[in-house]
Amino acid sequence: MIVNQFLVLAAALFAIGIYGLLIRRNIVLILLSVELMLNAVNINLIAFESMLDTPEAIGQVFAVFVITVAAAEVGIGLAIVLMIFRNRQSANVDDLNLMRW
Amino acid sequence: MSLDAWISEPVNWVFLVIGLGVLFAAFRVVTAQNVVHAALYLVGALAGTAGLFLILSAEFVAWVLVLVYIGAVIVLFLFGIMITRAPTGLDEGLSADRKLWPALLSLALFVAMAWGSIEAFGTDPVTTTGSATATELLGESLLGRFVVPFEIVSFVLLAALIGGITIARRDLTPVEEEERASV
Repeated sequence: MIVNQFLVLAAALFAIGIYGLLIRRNIVLILLSVELMLNAVNINLIAFESMLDTPEAIGQVFAVFVITVAAAEVGIGLAIVLMIFRNRQSANVDDLNLMRW
Repeated sequence: MSLDAWISEPVNWVFLVIGLGVLFAAFRVVTAQNVVHAALYLVGALAGTAGLFLILSAEFVAWVLVLVYIGAVIVLFLFGIMITRAPTGLDEGLSADRKLWPALLSLALFVAMAWGSIEAFGTDPVTTTGSATATELLGESLLGRFVVPFEIVSFVLLAALIGGITIARRDLTPVEEEERASV
């Protein structure tokens, strides 16, 4: 196994996440794309940890941190989506024109 | 390393199968015309990623991914989808109509990142010992050298929990408050 096979796969996952982020209209689906991108970052962290073979498993520790922050992000994000939906009866980013100049 | 030498390693076959599966599932996450299907394809992508972590002998992180993401985050997403009553049937309006520029942008990003990593690392091998990283080592690292970030992250999680409840809860209308006061 070479390290590049994991890096290229993670790059592809990240690009797919960016694509979803840009084309999706539904806020929940945008959050799903963000999860894909965070996942790509995790693959990178674990691959580099495996390549460098650090004594304290630093890459894995940071992957755990990323997973934790992602869980917090989803909780807050869905709470905001819920509030927006309650106020505007829509989960569509095109309808959120309240702060548009 | 030549392609023949790469393909002769059995673990690379496993990588190819899982990697292609992950890519397909991820592609379906961003293109599916059904919200619930998109969330369920994300389960596939995450399970494949956990498999890749197992290949890289990161056993603990793989199971954390399964527990936290597939067990909790996806359930949260499904709740969000059901509560916002996003159309659960086929819907053409889930994605924007103009897809060309986003596709070109993400393709350019992929080419840049892939080219950069191939230039930088070439055929550097991944050193796997064949046995999983001891969870004991990870625990000592988390509560030793990284104890301060660990505590901060746990505080972030608590703050997110309280913030989520505060944002999502509904304030009572004046009529409801009167009713509650009279009871």
